[in-house]
Amino acid sequence: MGRKLLLKDINVPGIKSFEVYRKQGGYASVEKALKTMSPDAVVEEVKKSGLRGRGGAGFPTGMKWSFIDKKSEKPRYLICNADESEPGTFKDRFLMEYIPHALIEGMIVSSFALGAKTSYIYMRGEFRWIFPILEKAIEEARAAGFLGKNILGSGYDLELYVHSGAGAYICGEETAQIESLEGKRGNPRNKPPFPAIVGLYGCPTVVNNVESIAAVPHILNMGGDEYAKIGIGKSTGTKLISASGHINKPGVYEIELGLPVEEFLNSDEYCGGVWKGRKLKAVIPGGSSVPILPADLFLKNAKGEARLMSYESLADGGFASGSMLGSGGFIVMDETACIVRNLWTFARFYHHESCGQCSPCREGTGWMEKVLHRIEHGHGHMHDIDLLVDVAKKIEGNTICPLGDAAAWPVASAIRHFREEFEYHIKYPEKVMNPKHFEIEPFRSEKNLVMA
Amino acid sequence: MSLVQKIIKRYPEGRHKSALLPILHVAQAEFGGWLSPETMDYVASILNIKPIEVYEVASFYSMYNLQPVGKCVLEVCQTGPCWLRGSDDIIQYISNKLGIQPGETSADGMFTLKVVECLASCGSAPMMQVGNNFIENLSVEKMDDVLKKLRETHNVPSPDYGSPYPVNKA
Repeated sequence: MGRKLLLKDINVPGIKSFEVYRKQGGYASVEKALKTMSPDAVVEEVKKSGLRGRGGAGFPTGMKWSFIDKKSEKPRYLICNADESEPGTFKDRFLMEYIPHALIEGMIVSSFALGAKTSYIYMRGEFRWIFPILEKAIEEARAAGFLGKNILGSGYDLELYVHSGAGAYICGEETAQIESLEGKRGNPRNKPPFPAIVGLYGCPTVVNNVESIAAVPHILNMGGDEYAKIGIGKSTGTKLISASGHINKPGVYEIELGLPVEEFLNSDEYCGGVWKGRKLKAVIPGGSSVPILPADLFLKNAKGEARLMSYESLADGGFASGSMLGSGGFIVMDETACIVRNLWTFARFYHHESCGQCSPCREGTGWMEKVLHRIEHGHGHMHDIDLLVDVAKKIEGNTICPLGDAAAWPVASAIRHFREEFEYHIKYPEKVMNPKHFEIEPFRSEKNLVMA
Repeated sequence: MSLVQKIIKRYPEGRHKSALLPILHVAQAEFGGWLSPETMDYVASILNIKPIEVYEVASFYSMYNLQPVGKCVLEVCQTGPCWLRGSDDIIQYISNKLGIQPGETSADGMFTLKVVECLASCGSAPMMQVGNNFIENLSVEKMDDVLKKLRETHNVPSPDYGSPYPVNKA
């Protein structure tokens, strides 16, 4: 365990620059692919690697690539999704800021595999200082002959541009991102047709997360079969985890998939344990959209087996007792955290970010925010808890894009595992008047507390 | 070639509307940190699109300010991971110190306080964005210093509002 790929050179001085990155073996995959492989052979290696989309959904990248319409005469596009906005997730930003060439190299070989001659990196507008970093990297790659016309004499042409978003979580959804890149509001499109057939400007398009694209050069260098040996089962390779919340060492860590969650949480190599010597209360292991798990169910699944950092292990137990690896946004809460207040901030987030196209999401997220606000501030009623469950159910599955589900799951899971705490807010309104109520006196429930 | 023309060239022939979001960033940075109806109409004329196409986009994205702002815009993140590390205290402190609520501008026109949703800085929470920069690992104790420094750097006739694209400040 503990193999490093994406961040193996993070501590090499000057790794941001082309020369140093190249000296460390960078751009080898571009030479290998363009000089010795066909585009289809590159797709085949990525399929063999078992790489799953690192943006959150975990869909196999190679399979996504194989859907692109190659019969069409239209130009094809690759868009890199750098709209990282899921609360708890900040890994793509880290990668782009500190090893920009890893993304550029990945973009070149991925565009080659898909036959794209123009590719875009759609970056969330707030990362304004990263723009010049990436643009400089693109210029350096161009000067070295890795971008532009007839790359390395292979006859393959590629132009790569960075495009700025302007502050909308929904633009991380691939069809909303395409709309946004066309200069419109970020309203997700109905599917089918899927972007692989009708995407940007009506042309075949693939949208991939930054981390997925940055993994491709490693897959080509070592071969898909070798990559598939890293990790565990169908969770192949390494994954960047963004750790935040009540831990000693928040930050971005690269793990080999399959690392025990307890080791990730407590080892000094990673999170360094829960801060201030407090007890662990709950963890949201994959970004704000995935179900929250109480400490006991996080460390061990319902059958009592230790959980691992993998797509399968974190999902073990389904929504009844499991969660998801998602985007790897690992949010830790100690015993002083109020589940209701945290959930209220998430509901406010989804209400703010709903594009407003589908009524269940536009209206439902607003009602969830309102009801959670009144429970948290001591004005709730007992029937509000079931009202929340009901609203969440009516949003889930009834919207064009998954933002509705993403808004509903945290509510449903928080009530499933922490219903007592919601009831406490309603029964003792005077005790929750102070926003820091559980810092003053942590909520005690034998069920949800274990030693960290 | 002007910056705007360079940006338009990044998109295929006839797809110049794709340059709308980038050009709005440039316009906002050049015209005092916000988009007035006149500014938006001007952008529409540059791209040869209808003004409504600009308004509907500008009102959708949270980075575009549709009201005038102070010389320095403080965008404090308030979502879960920042809240867990004390963002409520930071917002409260700024609000009390400057005598403004979120969304308001201080009487001297220096600061605008905005509360925003997750800025992908959860590992260095609490934090806020000012122009091109993230100011991270904030604490109430540090805030006086932070505000004092910002007052120095932004109290100029043409303060830098930040833009992903290089805007030449006169």
